[in-house]
Amino acid sequence: MSDPVISEPNPAPYPSALAIWLARLEGPQTMGRGPGFWVAMALLLLAACIFPAFSNDFTVGNIAYFMVWTFMAMGLGVVWGYCGSLSFGQTAFFGLAGYAYGVITINLGSSFGLTWLALFLAVLIGTGFALLIGYFMFYGRIKGVFIGIVTLSVTLVLETFMAQTAGPQWRIGDARLNGFNGMSGMPPLTIPWFGGDILLYAGATLYYVLVGMVVLCYLGLRMILNAPFGNVLVAIRENPERTEMLGYDIRLYQTLAFGLGGALAALSGVLYTAWGQYITPSSMGLTAAALPIVWVAVGGRRDITATLLGTLIVIAGFQYLTIYGSQYALVVMGALLVFTVLVTPDGLVATAITQIGKIKERTLR
Amino acid sequence: MIYQFGDAFAFLVLSCAGLAVIFGMMGIINLAHGEFIMCGAYVTATVARAGVPLPLAILSGAVVAGLVGMLVERVVIRHLYHRPLDSIIATWGISLIATQGVLILLGPTMAGIGTPLGSMAIGERSYSIYRLVLFATAVGLLGALYVLFYRTRYGVIARATIQKPDMARALGVDTRRIYGWTFGLGAGLAGLAGGLYAPTMTMVPTMGATFIVESFVTVVVGGADIFVGAAPAAAILAIIKAGLTAWYGQLFGQIGLLIAVIVVIRVMPGGLSAFLKGFQK
Repeated sequence: MSDPVISEPNPAPYPSALAIWLARLEGPQTMGRGPGFWVAMALLLLAACIFPAFSNDFTVGNIAYFMVWTFMAMGLGVVWGYCGSLSFGQTAFFGLAGYAYGVITINLGSSFGLTWLALFLAVLIGTGFALLIGYFMFYGRIKGVFIGIVTLSVTLVLETFMAQTAGPQWRIGDARLNGFNGMSGMPPLTIPWFGGDILLYAGATLYYVLVGMVVLCYLGLRMILNAPFGNVLVAIRENPERTEMLGYDIRLYQTLAFGLGGALAALSGVLYTAWGQYITPSSMGLTAAALPIVWVAVGGRRDITATLLGTLIVIAGFQYLTIYGSQYALVVMGALLVFTVLVTPDGLVATAITQIGKIKERTLR
Repeated sequence: MIYQFGDAFAFLVLSCAGLAVIFGMMGIINLAHGEFIMCGAYVTATVARAGVPLPLAILSGAVVAGLVGMLVERVVIRHLYHRPLDSIIATWGISLIATQGVLILLGPTMAGIGTPLGSMAIGERSYSIYRLVLFATAVGLLGALYVLFYRTRYGVIARATIQKPDMARALGVDTRRIYGWTFGLGAGLAGLAGGLYAPTMTMVPTMGATFIVESFVTVVVGGADIFVGAAPAAAILAIIKAGLTAWYGQLFGQIGLLIAVIVVIRVMPGGLSAFLKGFQK
C-alpha cells in the first residue's frame, strides 16, 4: 500500500486546463493586470451595454460600424506589433472574405442561420489565403520591409482584378461580381429564432452581437498572446536569430501568426459586408490598406488593449473629421501618422496608458 | 513585341531607379516614391506649358522633386534611419498628405501636355518615337548612374558610407549630408521618371500609384544593388509583362508580375543581385 515515492511532500494540485487558460488573461505580453484594470474594463463594457438605451438607432449602428473594423486592427496588432512583420495587405483578406460571404449567401440564401455558415466559410477562405501568402513569404525567408511590399502588391492586384470583373461572364453561381461597382444585395447576418429569423441590420441587436464578439475576441487574444505561442512571437520580434537558435521554427510561428491576422481581417470583411450589404474593390485599394496601419500605429501596436481602444478612438475621430471637411481628413491622417512615428513610436494610446500607470505608481508610493 | 518589351523595360527602369537608389543605398523603402513621381510630372507640365522646351521642363521637374526629397529627408527621414519599419509608415503618411494635399490645392485633374515627336510607321504598324526616346533614356540613365557611383568622388564616398557608416564617419565623411544627397538623388530620379512620362499620362494626384506597384516589384526582385539587381530584374519582368500583356491582356500582365515576384522571393530571398553575386564568389 505504501507509496514508494514520498519525496514530494506537498504535490501541488495540477491546475486544470481551464485554470491555465484563465490565468493567461494576465501576463507579460499584455498591459493591465489586477482588480483595478478588470473593474475598469467591466465598467467600460457595462457602459457599452447600456449605451443604446440612451442613444438613437443611427449612433448605435454607427458605433457597431466602428467595432466591425476592430477585428482587422487587432489582427494587424498581432502580426505587426507582436510578431514584428509589418503587413500592408490585411485588406486583401478583408476584401476576399467579404466577397466570399457575398457569393455564398447569395447562392445559398439566408434561412436556417446559413449566414453563419457563410461567415465561417468566408473566414476560412480568408485564413487559407493568408496562410498561403504567409507560407511563401516566411518560408522564403522574407524579412522586414519586403513583407510590407509583397502584401501591398497582393492587395493592389486583388483590387485590380476585382475592378475588372464587370460584365455577365464574371459570376459565381447567382452572384455577379459587378466589377468596380462591387457586389450588393447579400443578406445580413440572421439569428434563427422561434417565429421568424432575427435580421441583424445595423441597429441595437447587431450592436450587442458585435460587442459580444469584440469581447470574446479580445479576451481570446489575451490568452493566446500570454500563452507560449505569444511569448515565441514576441521573441521573434525581438530577435529572430536567437529564437531560432533556441530551437523554435520561426517560419511556422510567423506563418501561423500571419494566418491569425488574416483570419481576423477576414472576420472584419465578412461583418462589414453583412453590415452594409455591399462590398467594392476599393475596400482593397491603397487608401483602404493605409487605414488599418494608421489605427494600429496611432493606437499602439505592441499591446492589444491599446490597439483596440486606439482603433475605436481613431475611427471615431476620423469620421468626425470627415463630417467637417472630408478632403482634409486624409491630410490629417497622414500628419498624425508622421507625428506618431516621430514623437511617440509606441503609439499615442499605449504611451498614454503607460504614463497613467507611472503616475499611479508614483502616487501610491 | 520587341517594341512592347522596350516600352515595359523603360517604364520599369525609370520608375524604379529612384526607389532602388534610396533602398539600395540607405535601406529605406520610400512609399512616397509615387508622390515624388507625381511632383516631377506636375512641375514638368507646368513649366512646359509656360513655354519652356520639354527637355528643360523635365529637368526642372527632376530638380524640384530632388529638392523636395532633400527637405523631406531633413525633416522626417533623418530621425528614422535606425527604425526601417517606422520609416515606411512615415513615408506612407507623407504620401497620404501629398496626394490629398495636391487634390485640395490643384484640383482633381491638371491640363496635360501632348506627346511630342509624333510617330513613325514601320510596315503596317506605327510606333511612337517618344517611346523609343524613353527606352534610350532608360539605358542612358543606367549608364549615368554607373558613372556616378563608380567613377566620381561622390560615388566613392556614398558607397563607403553605405558599407561602413562608422568607418566613413571616422575618416571625416559627413554621413548625414551624404544620406541627404542620396535621398535627394533618389527623389530627383523619381521626379525625372514623372517628367518623362508626364506627356503620356493623364495628370491626376493619384498618378503615382500607377508607378508604385511596378517599381516595388522590380526592386524586390532585383534586391539591393541597382546595377546587378534592378536592371536585369527590369529586363526579366519586362519580358514577362510584355508577353502576358500581348497574349492575354493587361490584367494578366500584372498578375504575372505578382506571381513572378512571389516565386523569385521563394527561390532567391536576397533578390537577383544577391543571387548573381553568389555566383561571383
